[in-house]
Amino acid sequence: MTAAIEARGLGKQYGRRWALTDCTLNVPAGHVVGLVGPNGAGKTTLINLSTGMLAPTTGSVTVLGKQPASDPGQLARVGYVAQDTPTYAGFSVEDHLRFGAHMNPAWDNALAQGRVQQLGLDLKQKAGKLSGGQRAQLALTLAIAKRPELLMLDEPIASLDPLARREFLQILMEATADQEFSVVMSSHLVTDLERVADYLIVLVASRIQVAGPVDTLLATHHLLTGPRREAAALPAGQQVITESHTDRQSTFVVRSDEPIHDPAFSVASLNLEDLVLAYMGSAKAGSPHLTLEGTR
Amino acid sequence: MIWLSWRQFRVQTIVAGAALVVVAIAFAGTGPHLVSLFDNSGLATCRASCSADAHAFIDEVSGSTIQLIFYGSIFLLYAVPALIGIFWGAPLVARELETGTFRVAWNQSVTRTRWIAVKLGLIGLATVATTGLLSLMTFWWASPLYEVAQKAGQNGLSIRKVAPPLFGGIGIVPVGCAAFAFALGVAAGVLVRRTIPAMAVTLVIFAAVQAVMPLLVQPHLIPPVQATAPFNANTADEVVVTQAGSGPLTMILKGDFSRPGAWILENQTITQSGQVFTGPATSACLSISAPPQACNNSLNRLHLRQLVTYQPASRFWPLQWMETGIYFVLAAGLGALCTWRIRQRRA
Amino acid sequence: MIWLTWRQFRAQAVVAGAAVVAVAIALLVTGPHLAALFDSNGLATCRAGCGTDASNFINQVKGSKTELVFYGGIFLLYAIPALIGLFWGAPLVSREFEAGTFRLAWNQSVPRARWLAIKLGLIGAAAMATTGLLSLMTSWWASPLYRAAQKAGQNSLSISRLTPPLFSATGIAPVGYAAFAFVLGVTAGVLIRRTLPAMAIALAVFAAIQIFWPGVVRPHLIPPARSVQAMNTANCGGMMVTRGGGFALWSCSVSGLPGSWVLTSQPVNAAGQPVTTSPACVSAQNFEQCLGKHGVRLAVSYQPASRYWAFQWLETGIFLILTAGLGGLCYWRIRRLN
Repeated sequence: MTAAIEARGLGKQYGRRWALTDCTLNVPAGHVVGLVGPNGAGKTTLINLSTGMLAPTTGSVTVLGKQPASDPGQLARVGYVAQDTPTYAGFSVEDHLRFGAHMNPAWDNALAQGRVQQLGLDLKQKAGKLSGGQRAQLALTLAIAKRPELLMLDEPIASLDPLARREFLQILMEATADQEFSVVMSSHLVTDLERVADYLIVLVASRIQVAGPVDTLLATHHLLTGPRREAAALPAGQQVITESHTDRQSTFVVRSDEPIHDPAFSVASLNLEDLVLAYMGSAKAGSPHLTLEGTR
Repeated sequence: MIWLSWRQFRVQTIVAGAALVVVAIAFAGTGPHLVSLFDNSGLATCRASCSADAHAFIDEVSGSTIQLIFYGSIFLLYAVPALIGIFWGAPLVARELETGTFRVAWNQSVTRTRWIAVKLGLIGLATVATTGLLSLMTFWWASPLYEVAQKAGQNGLSIRKVAPPLFGGIGIVPVGCAAFAFALGVAAGVLVRRTIPAMAVTLVIFAAVQAVMPLLVQPHLIPPVQATAPFNANTADEVVVTQAGSGPLTMILKGDFSRPGAWILENQTITQSGQVFTGPATSACLSISAPPQACNNSLNRLHLRQLVTYQPASRFWPLQWMETGIYFVLAAGLGALCTWRIRQRRA
Repeated sequence: MIWLTWRQFRAQAVVAGAAVVAVAIALLVTGPHLAALFDSNGLATCRAGCGTDASNFINQVKGSKTELVFYGGIFLLYAIPALIGLFWGAPLVSREFEAGTFRLAWNQSVPRARWLAIKLGLIGAAAMATTGLLSLMTSWWASPLYRAAQKAGQNSLSISRLTPPLFSATGIAPVGYAAFAFVLGVTAGVLIRRTLPAMAIALAVFAAIQIFWPGVVRPHLIPPARSVQAMNTANCGGMMVTRGGGFALWSCSVSGLPGSWVLTSQPVNAAGQPVTTSPACVSAQNFEQCLGKHGVRLAVSYQPASRYWAFQWLETGIFLILTAGLGGLCYWRIRRLN
């Protein structure tokens, strides 16, 4: 199976600032990938590099085995919805559908029309007059109806109401299950991703902190609580992600491939949100650790 | 892609069409009157020594609405390229960049190259068609005037097609100009990335080019003709005695030059050694009591010559083709610049 | 609020400043040459009978680069109000609508009315100042030409500031146009709420007004003077006689009043009725003399050149009143929105 996204040493510099540093990824196809990180971490940059909107400063990235946006065929395989879901303010909803039909040979008009009807959008309404959520739905329809193999969404559900969010995620899951359809979704709402994502990339301060299938990540990360102890005192196989201490107690988030058998500590598993927060916090604190390649 | 270009260009097409219709109506309303004037003046059938009739015709037309419309149409053919540059060219890409819709447009199954190429091509074509139609209508309407200018012969009337300002406003030069302005606008939009500054930049650069062309480029597209003729009292057009401050009295001499319709670049009276004559005024011409014939004789004795540098009227079409060619080459270059820049992936 | 206006207007102000400086330099470089030409033709000291000197002077200027600069200045003063309306006026409010920033701007502690009033006032003043400065500079530069036209006396040269097209490009009239074009642009932006259509419509409306005003409105601002003068083609550009004895005269000026703006000129018979044919004179030796013997004279209605400043003040005043009216329309519309 070709990887959905494969990046080697990918980096992007704007002036003096590095928006993305030394990213190496091998994201398998057929997953819903959650791309999380705080604001300004580089999520949009990574997505822009993968869709061919930007050219990398260092390294390389291939999407579905080819250079991003290299030819019309490649463009047809990747769908993209940018942040704040731009639409043509002067075009009506109908115009947008016609736009999609004319610009994409693989356009599925029945799907598009069905979705628009389901959403209750007025075909004659100009996109500039739609609400933010309706615009987002329209942009998503445009991206989905072109039948891509990979869908890249940059904070797409931020402006949707909770019910619309849940419905959209449902549609995503169904689509991914039906076919070889991958989704890369960036968000900072981890709770939403928890429902759908089965692959996670955590991006903080322009670097990838951790990447891998959600199951594996959850299985290999543990919360250790026990008597006060220094991080260095833990066994070598356990990599400390975050630590916090009180007078008597220490709490560690560790990554360990093997099960932990230390009687002094109580071991608990983490949920996705805690995991992500742990990495975000640790990146802030500046403790160095390796980017992890998820195993397949 | 063609549908998209049309859909995004709809309003501009309608406005252009309406404007053309208005102009056509104005021309159709006044054209027949001009034609009947021409017929009544007897110039239609006149073969030789038509200059008196031609003069009468021109006098009749001067100061009337017909002259206003003529100059108005020339002005229009200067203004339309500028308007096309700022209203069709500058927003083309800049609006997509400003509103973020380029992220939608460049992620459909159409490469950026194709996207910009089709847009430039189709709207460039519309530009050429609109301006070409306008120029054609003006030419048809004003043809009586041009015929009269031709038949006036020796008494060259002031319809010099080869000279600015007419040259840039008739024929095919406005079409090339419009293509250039359009490409300039698109390039400005691509480089500046914001619509209104792009419009301003386009306007400034276009105005600069329009000012530079007749001053620096047009005179030298084809090396101008230089003709010398003896200068004597008969050919003198102007004999002016002047005094700069409290300096010596000098004479400025200007010879008459009749090549009807030519664009005179320089008209100098030179001495036998080839220098421009700035010499002292002859005493015969200074004294009030001397008979005019004495002044004329003194002028003839100076053995001056008249050196005229000019572009003859016959070069009108070669010059038109050359200048239009230059504009189209510039337009193509700017189009290539746009395409290259857009492909560069610097969202 | 003043800071905000300046901050949002910075770029345009810099461009305007640079343009004014560029024009000033161009005029400074070419001005002395024109003045020297004026002096060297003896026009500075000439008191009477200056006609030939003035003609020589004008002929020297014609066809030279100086003439191009003159027409360039006229064209500039026509273009500036339109450009101001286009680039300063139309985007003022419509950009805020398009970008949604009006929601930010109109929710500060400054009421909308005040926001609009200060913007209109400050930028309108800048528009008027820029145009006034340019008009002043070009008038200073071209003063030798106008003085020569005055001294030419009877040989009225075609430099009369009262006639269109010079009228709209000299004196204080451009200042009125600039203010009007600016507020016209703002109004278009307020009503249409999208920048590009507002620009196009403001330009079209302003151009239409500039085209029709001199012919339709201005002649009647002050009731024209009328006089009947001898039928003399010396006063007219030319006369055409058709085979049937029909005749017409063109480009007539008013004898004894050089530089007047002639509105209509019509040959009339002794009873004052219009005359267009005179079959009796077709075969006459001297058509004019024959007409004169038949009592045909020329009736002209005109505005004398002395009314130039009266017209300037009137027209500027009218355009400023229109400006105020449009400003009020904007104000009313903005208060009623959303």
